[in-house]
Amino acid sequence: MRLANTSVAVSDERAHTAQSLSGDAYATFIHDLYVEFLIMDSHHSYSQVKGVSTGTTILAVKFNGGVIIGSDSRASMGESYVSSKTINKLIQVHDRIFCCIAGSLADAQAVTKMAKFQLSFHSIQMESPPLVKAAASIMRELCYNNKEELQAGFITAGWDRKKGPQIYVVSLGGMLLSQPYTIGGSGSTYIYGYVDAKFKPDMSLEEATQFSTNALALAMGRDNVSGGVVHLVVITEAEVKHVVVPGNKLPKFHDE
Amino acid sequence: ISLLPIQYDLSASTFSPDGRVFQVEYAIKAVENSSTAIGIRCKDGVVFGVEKLVLSKLYEEGSNKRIFNIDRHVGMAVAGLLADARSLSEVSREEASNFRSNYGHDIPLKHLADRVAMYVHAYTLYSAVRPFGCSFILGSYDEDDGPQLYMVDPSGISHGYWGCAIGKAKQAAKTEIEKLQMKEMTCRELVKEVAKIIYIVHDEVKDKAFELELSWVGEVTKGRHELVPKDIKEEAEKYAKVIYIALKHILSKLCPFILNISLSNNIVYILW
Repeated sequence: MRLANTSVAVSDERAHTAQSLSGDAYATFIHDLYVEFLIMDSHHSYSQVKGVSTGTTILAVKFNGGVIIGSDSRASMGESYVSSKTINKLIQVHDRIFCCIAGSLADAQAVTKMAKFQLSFHSIQMESPPLVKAAASIMRELCYNNKEELQAGFITAGWDRKKGPQIYVVSLGGMLLSQPYTIGGSGSTYIYGYVDAKFKPDMSLEEATQFSTNALALAMGRDNVSGGVVHLVVITEAEVKHVVVPGNKLPKFHDE
Repeated sequence: ISLLPIQYDLSASTFSPDGRVFQVEYAIKAVENSSTAIGIRCKDGVVFGVEKLVLSKLYEEGSNKRIFNIDRHVGMAVAGLLADARSLSEVSREEASNFRSNYGHDIPLKHLADRVAMYVHAYTLYSAVRPFGCSFILGSYDEDDGPQLYMVDPSGISHGYWGCAIGKAKQAAKTEIEKLQMKEMTCRELVKEVAKIIYIVHDEVKDKAFELELSWVGEVTKGRHELVPKDIKEEAEKYAKVIYIALKHILSKLCPFILNISLSNNIVYILW
């Protein structure tokens, strides 16, 4: 469920009852949920955000020979306070595998820390670099088994010897999905049209970099909880390159 | 140095003065009492063959299988105490299934063999339990890693092989396997050779009836471990028996006194 810029985790039974409602009953259901949401005293309450959250824009794009993952760098508390302008949301979980984080920063850090440990242990046991799918599966198990407590979503992307560049979305409740490109976070809602129109399979590195930078710049331009600099990480078989595009070097569009 | 195992062979938690754990060695002997199982790895797959002795004509055909499916892409052929082997096949299945659940992809065979070998080894450490009395051969095929073959014995050691044999005629079978150029063969050619080897090492004098179990996993089965289809199995058995039948035919024509000819341990016995 999406309410404004936030997602609400609804228990299975409620989601089930919601499906069987129609018309007026459904409207009442939503209204009740919204009211409950407003007076909830938890860290995803609209006006009483207790923790640091990454209202954010993250994306990942597959290109010819690798993946690019990118994010903005703003961390916010509530709608009006920017708690950090330079946060890194691209966490390295193995040599050629990265995760972008969205949602509660604390939860995301806890999950990636655990995943990093499990992945390194797994990779040493297997005596070979881990598959991106394995990394994503580890994140998924953590998210799914702890879905009541956690509020974090991820994009796991990287390169492995078996299938080359891959991107996996691990959503809030623990869904795992493979995609050629994907966007996430609160700022992503503003750029669905752009990425759907502009994405091409098998782009070159330059095209893909331009695509990612443009998408992030557009999202950061419209979403108040995304901003700062653009962090990009290019992952290929040969190397991992971290590129930072500062705010004043971002591409400008007609509204600015 | 104690050559007699007295005193030192009562539990797996005791070493002998010359550094042996007799219980584990006895477990290995238990495997050598069972009938033969072989596994051979070729260019594009793995083939298993098991000489399944039929102790009674009343048994239903195909019961007490000695080849198990561990995962879609992994097969296991066993020799030794069948009940122990069944329990280990369940352990292997759980390992493979947990791996898939945690990491999202098929378990690599080396890892599976290591994990099950660790489990088998754990039972050689304590006096409260006895070691597993079975060896088993694991085989799989993967598009990227190719065919793999591993054998685990009761001591908990696993080795990778191109061809291996376990059970009573393992030496004879090994000799036959070494004659093959398996790295250049395909699964279809290998099936016939595996059937032939089982027929050769089968001892007609000591053990009467037997059923041949054949299974394979490779490019020909698209990476799934399956029993060899009936028609291919019949063809393989015909090929295996051809030398044997020809010999019988020739000798019975030459000499009408001959009542029976049997092949045991590469020696031909003639009853006349």
